[in-house]
Amino acid sequence: MVGDTRVLKGSAMERKAEVKNLDFYYGSSKALKDVSMVVWDRNVTALIGPSGCGKTTLLRCFNRMHDLYPGNRYDGEILLDGVNILEKQIDPIEVRMHVSMVFQRPNPFPKSIYENVAYGLRVQGMTQKSLIDEKVEKALQGAALWNEAKDRLKEPAYNLSGGQQQRLCIARAIATEPNMVLFDEPTSALDPIATASIEELINELKQQVTILIVTHSMQQAARVSDYTAFMYLGEMVEFNETNLLFNKPADQKTQDYVSGRFG
Amino acid sequence: MAQAEFSQSNDLRQIRASVSRRQLISKLFGVLGLLVISAATLILLALVTQLFIQGLPRLNWKFFTSFPSSDFNEAGILSAWVGSLLVMLTTMFVAVPLGVAAGVYLEEYAPKNWLAALIEINVTNLAGVPSIVYGLLALGLFSSMLNLGESVLTAGLTLALLILPIVIVTTREALRAIPSSLREAAYALGASRWQMIWDHILPYSSGSILTGIIIGLSRAIGETAPLITIGALTFIAFLPPSPLKSEFPFISFEWLMAPFTVMPIQMFDWVSRPQPEFQVNAAAAGVVLILMTLSLNAFAIYLRYRLRKGVKW
Repeated sequence: MVGDTRVLKGSAMERKAEVKNLDFYYGSSKALKDVSMVVWDRNVTALIGPSGCGKTTLLRCFNRMHDLYPGNRYDGEILLDGVNILEKQIDPIEVRMHVSMVFQRPNPFPKSIYENVAYGLRVQGMTQKSLIDEKVEKALQGAALWNEAKDRLKEPAYNLSGGQQQRLCIARAIATEPNMVLFDEPTSALDPIATASIEELINELKQQVTILIVTHSMQQAARVSDYTAFMYLGEMVEFNETNLLFNKPADQKTQDYVSGRFG
Repeated sequence: MAQAEFSQSNDLRQIRASVSRRQLISKLFGVLGLLVISAATLILLALVTQLFIQGLPRLNWKFFTSFPSSDFNEAGILSAWVGSLLVMLTTMFVAVPLGVAAGVYLEEYAPKNWLAALIEINVTNLAGVPSIVYGLLALGLFSSMLNLGESVLTAGLTLALLILPIVIVTTREALRAIPSSLREAAYALGASRWQMIWDHILPYSSGSILTGIIIGLSRAIGETAPLITIGALTFIAFLPPSPLKSEFPFISFEWLMAPFTVMPIQMFDWVSRPQPEFQVNAAAAGVVLILMTLSLNAFAIYLRYRLRKGVKW
């Protein structure tokens, strides 16, 4: 079925990332059970499911966020451009330079708008002012914030509204030109208008970058994603093209969830 | 019908009675609290006012520029305030880097295991150890074993030990107050732990850390017991060598090894003299000491205000 869409879309689709038989443990409790899926290059893949199903846990495996806290353990593979990023000898910092993240609540640094976007570049050792200026502008344009922010780059990021702050966080995440951007329920703290602008932005961003998004809203998954994975109790129940998953779910649990019977 | 109405109004009456009873207790506590706090404030104010009234006539330029003397009119606090200043400087240069580094390590680096828990309990307990015990430790360790004698350096190290737990605990609390979302934001951009700490956590918490440092210093400036224990002088009529020199390398650290006295010891010495005039000197020195502490605290409040103005989340 996946093969069919590749023909239908008329362009050769590449696998950006592939999860193979992934188990994940918080201490002794198993949060992900034998999860496998594919993330297609320059597409939006949504992870949906009821609270506690493991969708955020899976998302945070992609940039090895779990390594920040003791007692967490991965078992299995996540291949990013063919390289298993869960290998012990790969430093999580290296992974995070390629896979950036936008969080549930806007979390800009208490610094200027400019410094927020520039931080990822500075972390990687970029010092040339003109180059940083250029990349900051590009990232802010990419996040549809340049017109609002260009005259107030030196202002504190907290002067921006919630929706603008979240777009700033997106600019910060794309400034380093990552391979993939992870969104963890990026609109759950925003009003409907700000939500719509973030969704529109996600649609534009997928021309350049692969996007994996966790969302609690099925409507949002249906609106923004090309592929959707439905998870339940740590397992991948169904993974398919978004319109197929919502309109012709193969699994009864998926059927029940997308029709609002539980969750 | 009439029965129902009657019982309804009865219920209402009961509810109102209960509400006003509970409100009364609430108000009573408010009044009690106000009384207690006014009593405490009044007593403090009375003490300070008394000190000011007694000491103010002696407060003139000469008082600050004279050495102590057996003639109460000639006696001043020059060696005492210079001593206090130098000891505080030494204390600061030792306690701040050690305390902040230890706080950062314990909060951000140390694995959360039984050893860390043990260290944490110990640090908290150290803050409660009587200062004279630090004096005894310093007498043995710095004065005798390390052969530093009764010097400014020994005093600075002793007081640094004394306030180290305060600096460590406030540093940790300041770091803990930074929301984890900001840490994760930095990590998610590929920052190393050190970059996260240096670029974010420390700048955002610097206001609170500085406040802790200054509160520690204002405790140290009034300490007497440990310094008497290590053998600070009570009567000294010369100053430590100047830290600045006219010939190369222009800076000298000889003052570190000089004997010294500090403000509270000078006060204590005057209080213990029989002549009533020296009590006036003691009161005047007390006023200066209080002003020094208050201005340190005021500086801490100002710093907190300044540094927190730009930082919020």
